[in-house]
Amino acid sequence: MHTSLTRIAAVLIASTMLAGVAQAETVRWARSSDSLTLDPHSQNQGVTHTFAHHIYETLMWRDTEGNLIPRLATEWYVKEDDPTVWVFKLREGVKFHDGADLTAEDVVFSLDRARSEGSNLKQLHAEVAEVRAVDDYTVEVQMVGPSPLYPNNVTNTFIMDKTWSEANNVQEVQDFAAGESNYAVLNTNGTGPYMLTSREVDVRSVLSVFDGWWGEAPEVTEIIYLPIADNATRIAALLSGDVDIVQDVPVQDIERLKNSPGFKVETGPENRVIYFGYKFGEEPLKSSNITDSNPFNNPLVREAMELALDRDAIQQVVMRGNSIPTGVATPPFVNGWTEELDQYPAPDVERAKELLAEAGYPDGFSVTLDTPNNRYVNDEAIATAYVGMLGQIGIDVTLASRPVAEHSPIILANDTDFYLLGWGVPTFDSAYIFNDLVHSKTDTHGTYNVGLYSNPELDEKIISLGTETDLDVRNQTIAEIWEVVKADRVLMPVHNQVLAYAMRDDITLPLHPENQPNMITVEFAE
Amino acid sequence: MLAFIARRLFQSVIVMLAVAFIAFMVFRYVGDPVSSMLGQDSTMADHEALRERLGLNEPFYVQFFAFVGNALQGQFGISYRLQQPVSQLIMERLPATIELAFASASIALVFGVVLGIYTALRPRAFSTGVIMTGSLIGVSLPTFLIGIGLIYIFAVELKWLPSFGRGQVVDLGWWRTGLLTESGLRSIILPAITLSLFQLTLIMRLVRAEMLEVLRTDYIRFAKARGLSQRAINFGHALKNTMVPVITITGLQLGSVIAFAIITETVFQWPGVGSLFVNSVAVVDVPVMAAYLVFVALVFVVINLIVDILYFIVDPRLRDGAKSGR
Repeated sequence: MHTSLTRIAAVLIASTMLAGVAQAETVRWARSSDSLTLDPHSQNQGVTHTFAHHIYETLMWRDTEGNLIPRLATEWYVKEDDPTVWVFKLREGVKFHDGADLTAEDVVFSLDRARSEGSNLKQLHAEVAEVRAVDDYTVEVQMVGPSPLYPNNVTNTFIMDKTWSEANNVQEVQDFAAGESNYAVLNTNGTGPYMLTSREVDVRSVLSVFDGWWGEAPEVTEIIYLPIADNATRIAALLSGDVDIVQDVPVQDIERLKNSPGFKVETGPENRVIYFGYKFGEEPLKSSNITDSNPFNNPLVREAMELALDRDAIQQVVMRGNSIPTGVATPPFVNGWTEELDQYPAPDVERAKELLAEAGYPDGFSVTLDTPNNRYVNDEAIATAYVGMLGQIGIDVTLASRPVAEHSPIILANDTDFYLLGWGVPTFDSAYIFNDLVHSKTDTHGTYNVGLYSNPELDEKIISLGTETDLDVRNQTIAEIWEVVKADRVLMPVHNQVLAYAMRDDITLPLHPENQPNMITVEFAE
Repeated sequence: MLAFIARRLFQSVIVMLAVAFIAFMVFRYVGDPVSSMLGQDSTMADHEALRERLGLNEPFYVQFFAFVGNALQGQFGISYRLQQPVSQLIMERLPATIELAFASASIALVFGVVLGIYTALRPRAFSTGVIMTGSLIGVSLPTFLIGIGLIYIFAVELKWLPSFGRGQVVDLGWWRTGLLTESGLRSIILPAITLSLFQLTLIMRLVRAEMLEVLRTDYIRFAKARGLSQRAINFGHALKNTMVPVITITGLQLGSVIAFAIITETVFQWPGVGSLFVNSVAVVDVPVMAAYLVFVALVFVVINLIVDILYFIVDPRLRDGAKSGR
């Protein structure tokens, strides 16, 4: 009797387990906006990449810890006798959704397409001179000079099928100005774990598992992707059971969701630092009452401003605990970050006032702060808090808050004295920050060096990072640059943003530091 | 008659051109599409090149005439954001908006008229007070709040209705309808109620005021004196005379419901032209914004034209005016 019961129990357990394996698991995944296009080289934008990573694949990508890991490429190394050539060994037996095999020709085609004129990824491949197939599973990328960090740049460059692209006439990236839509904008043929089943732009997209995928079959077999623009509606959809996973959770809802039975919230650092910047140079500020000099150009003023900034208060009050205050303008995942750099001084209003007086501004000065109000988490509230803090030391700040669509042109035209901005580092290397934020502004560098900081010595070092192949020397240079950047207070970092994904409590979707979660990493509780 | 219509048509064209013109002047101040199109990894040279290719460096009147020229050929360009033809995007979204507009107009009309009559016939009843006060709250609360409130009550707490979207749609070839499936019908209830509240109040108050007015007129007294039943007087005589302004208002309001369902569509993630417009504004998708505004102008112009023509047919005084070259 006893044994038969055990046997029945065993059979029952076995059958439920079997059912569990065979069961189709659908995940309804909501976030604030839709992928802009399915053409994988047309937009360099996080939401679009995140969606594309389910359908298309890249040579390498980043795991949830931020490490570079193999994907379509199993190995990559600098060619032995030529430091200007990167060699990528491809995974064998990879199939596209239409059944075609992945070969080196497809990779050559895709990299060339990604660096073509109409591609928004071309900047990431600016150092590439030529891409060639050596054999079916080996690709060589000839760089203009030694480019030790090129592999970091390919994590969002998706591989398309050459034959399919030619058959559908999508060898070129969609051209906005030409006035016609491209087949690849709405149709896909990737090597990824999921195939596109249906898509209604801005409404819903359905992906189903690709049986011929080379990796281990994911637990999620169907994805229903639902863009829901309004924050409150998105959270309500989760609470009402209409969706299973919500990305882009507003900070004010995190606590409430954590306390709601049946739901959980995963939080962790995002690869995005929020900072203030200001105008350097002798020229007087356009928005200040000081008309004969630029207060920001005085290091004492910048020090005073740092002492006025109470990062912990911003974290507790504005961000409700959901941010990681920092003293350096780089997220912690990035090569070059150190704990020492991350330190920041305790606020000291009295000392800040003394410094201002010493700098020749005993009565402070006035200035306008430009901030976006829909780009970063609580961006306007952060700026408002800092305005109050600066007021305490006598700096009278007028806040100009605009939607990001209006803020960006001001930033790119350097048409601001004092601004708030955020910066993500997709290459996970400090050079990316230096190139765009620290290097003097030129046609190719310093695009977001809005304050027009210029230090020729640093410029030289920054350029050397691009070609230095000895990693120890390179890291030493990075450390030296950071030292100057921090001492000069080129930027005034506030904090790193925190990511939050909310979900049903029987599902686990790990955070991805680039905010590019993949549904193959979803696990269901037993 | 023909001259009248021709003149009205000519005026309509002027209105649409004016709308497009003003829109283009405003677009210069809503931001820069290029920075949202290119993203972070781009150089100033890329920005300049793209701006040049899109013709954004041209003076605005050149851009405006290019737009009008293309629009006359039915070309509204490619959406910067979604990279699809704008006319196709709008046509895909239009059924959702129109279905929502008609559903909410029906709710507003039916409940507005019924409640209007009720409150007119029982002006001193306690329930009338409740309805009148309730309707005031309905108009004063922002649509956004009403929508979120309904979502929390009926979707989150009671779980009776879906919290967002349009449910399953059936493709009829030229029209994708959500009205033929159960999930589609369940999905339209909350947004339609949200959108209808304002019109409902308006119609109810209009019906009530008109009814009270009409009930005081001589012919109603005469009808009473004739000994007609209360029912015949109220519905056969009074209501009929109330309906003329009500129909006019409802028709005109339908235009604004179609055009300005933006907030309701956003709150409920309703995939109509309104939410398309909101998404486009955020990234300065000029082709979509321009086409949408012209579309809205077209809706108003067409509805006004129809109303004018109806007046012309109904009201002999207008006809006389037309003859005398008014």
